[in-house]
Amino acid sequence: MANDTIAKDRPIISCRNLSKIYKMGDEEVRALDGVDLDIAEGEFVAIMGPSGSGKSSLMNLIGALDRPTSGEMWISGRALSEMSRDDLADLRNETLGFVFQQFNLLARQDAFQNVRLPLRYARRDLGDSDARAKECLQMVGLGDRMDHRPMQLSGGQQQRVAIARALANRPRILLADEPTGALDTKTTDEIMHLMQDLNRQGITVVVITHENEVAAYAGRKIHFRDGRIESDTAHPDVQRASGARP
Amino acid sequence: MKFGVATSSAAEALFSNPLRSLLTMLGIIIGVASVMVMMSIGEGAKAQIDKQISSVGTNVLTLRPGNMNRGGRNQGGGSGRPFAESDIAALTQLPFVQAATGTLSQSANAVSEEANWVSTIQGGDASYFDVNNWRVSEGREFTAQEVQSGAAVAVLGKTAAANLFPNGRAIGQRIRVNSVPIEVIGILESKGQSGGFGGDRDDTMVAPLGMVRNRITGGNRQVSRHVSGIQVLVQDGYEVLDAQEDITTLMRERRKIQPGEQDNFAVVNFADMIKQRAAATETMSMLLAFTAAVSLIVGGVGVMNIMLVSVTERTREIGLRMAIGARGGDILLQFLFEAIALCTLGGLIGMAMGWVGVFAYAQIANSPMMVSPIIIATALGAAASVGLIFGFFPARRAAQLDPIQALRHD
Repeated sequence: MANDTIAKDRPIISCRNLSKIYKMGDEEVRALDGVDLDIAEGEFVAIMGPSGSGKSSLMNLIGALDRPTSGEMWISGRALSEMSRDDLADLRNETLGFVFQQFNLLARQDAFQNVRLPLRYARRDLGDSDARAKECLQMVGLGDRMDHRPMQLSGGQQQRVAIARALANRPRILLADEPTGALDTKTTDEIMHLMQDLNRQGITVVVITHENEVAAYAGRKIHFRDGRIESDTAHPDVQRASGARP
Repeated sequence: MKFGVATSSAAEALFSNPLRSLLTMLGIIIGVASVMVMMSIGEGAKAQIDKQISSVGTNVLTLRPGNMNRGGRNQGGGSGRPFAESDIAALTQLPFVQAATGTLSQSANAVSEEANWVSTIQGGDASYFDVNNWRVSEGREFTAQEVQSGAAVAVLGKTAAANLFPNGRAIGQRIRVNSVPIEVIGILESKGQSGGFGGDRDDTMVAPLGMVRNRITGGNRQVSRHVSGIQVLVQDGYEVLDAQEDITTLMRERRKIQPGEQDNFAVVNFADMIKQRAAATETMSMLLAFTAAVSLIVGGVGVMNIMLVSVTERTREIGLRMAIGARGGDILLQFLFEAIALCTLGGLIGMAMGWVGVFAYAQIANSPMMVSPIIIATALGAAASVGLIFGFFPARRAAQLDPIQALRHD
């Protein structure tokens, strides 16, 4: 319980005055313009907005894939500006899990090898990586498809493999960039239910989407417009995972 | 850095496009094959030269008369005033001389009861066998007494014996050398080809010097009891170069050469001459090595080119690997391993081809085949180094990619 309190007091993701400016020729594009944002551990957040509103830029920054032009951000208490390239790689490996719209699975490797990949880059000891990879695939319901290559799997199954891969290193945050953008309605529901389950197990989930059906699974919706937060609302029907716990 | 993931992904990339891998390896294959052939031929030649040196002996000095100028015309090597037997006696007095023998040779027609054979008759002293470290394998050597008395005996080289007595049993037989009847008393062990030094050294007949002079070659108008050359065996442990100098001094005195005048004789160390020839072979080897190096470099550039293409093609994959926690070093290692694996595999194929080449060369040129572990290690090492050197730039390029741009790459 004490841990929960600390987690609530100190957000797992924290951004202060975050700006990202791209130079396109002579023109400056302000993808993010002074964003302040806190996400507590255990939250399920949907980030919405039209294209060019800055939501993807924010995702890249939270995912430690990119550095802001100005402003500061903290992930599980660590200031990203003070971290080296290798530190950021380790942070992505240990703390973050990514799910992409295009799945980004390695075509030449089977599901098991894809899921095991982050474990092989891990620098801390995570135990038996083969067992963990199998466990993650079973968790997403693909225990019987481990030796299938991405080409032999449906879109929904591929995204499940990608989710299993994101879970392999037991991340605290799952970042999903339009995870259902390439899937039909039925599979979308399956994938989002899976994310909801993971969130109930305590993983903080941040999803970028432009679909209201997807955002409906989240406990909190943040709308972006022109690089700024337009609205930030808690969803009345869905309770925060951490809050749901007794 | 994680070696496991780097090696497995390198192997995977290598075999995912076998044709492209093979074409990329072509330069390396040719380079390594030529390194193999070049080194093997070089080593073979070196072994041959070593054998020659040991057959001549490193501490034997040979004295030859110099060239004679008559009316401003050079009469050619060995045409000058010959030596005398008294010179040999004087040389033997030198403290460092273990043994000395005069030599006097002439091409001669030998006839046995079974065959005719044109060979060389070589006159020598009893110490001829010591000085040349050449022993009889059958029969016996002639003695000092037989030399003194001018006995008509001879020891045959293997080739001469085989040609004069195709059925064997040469010892005790009589042959006629330029009509002089001579008894065969021994057969010398084989010395083999001397590679440019008079061809087959076994095609010879060795006989007492005085007898050869008196009955076959005839005397010299200027010098009584002459010899055309002297071989001196220098004692072990004595510096051959010093011996060469002392002998030159002594012979200048004996031949009454004034200071400032040129020597009219030469003191030659055949081992040195062979070594000089070996140096020439080495230059040739260096040239071949340079050619091999050039083809390895060209192969390396090919590898670099393909690796750069591969990095570009797999930019998204690199981005993904970075997103899930691969450090720059991991990516660097992955592509470096790929380049090294590509080159090492090419090296192995090249080595197999080089082996075939060396074998073919050995058959055609009838020279010994030498494929030592050092050659194999050098060839493989060279291939791997090419991979390391030319793989580094593309690998570093991959490692320095920006994760987000790599992920967005189409």
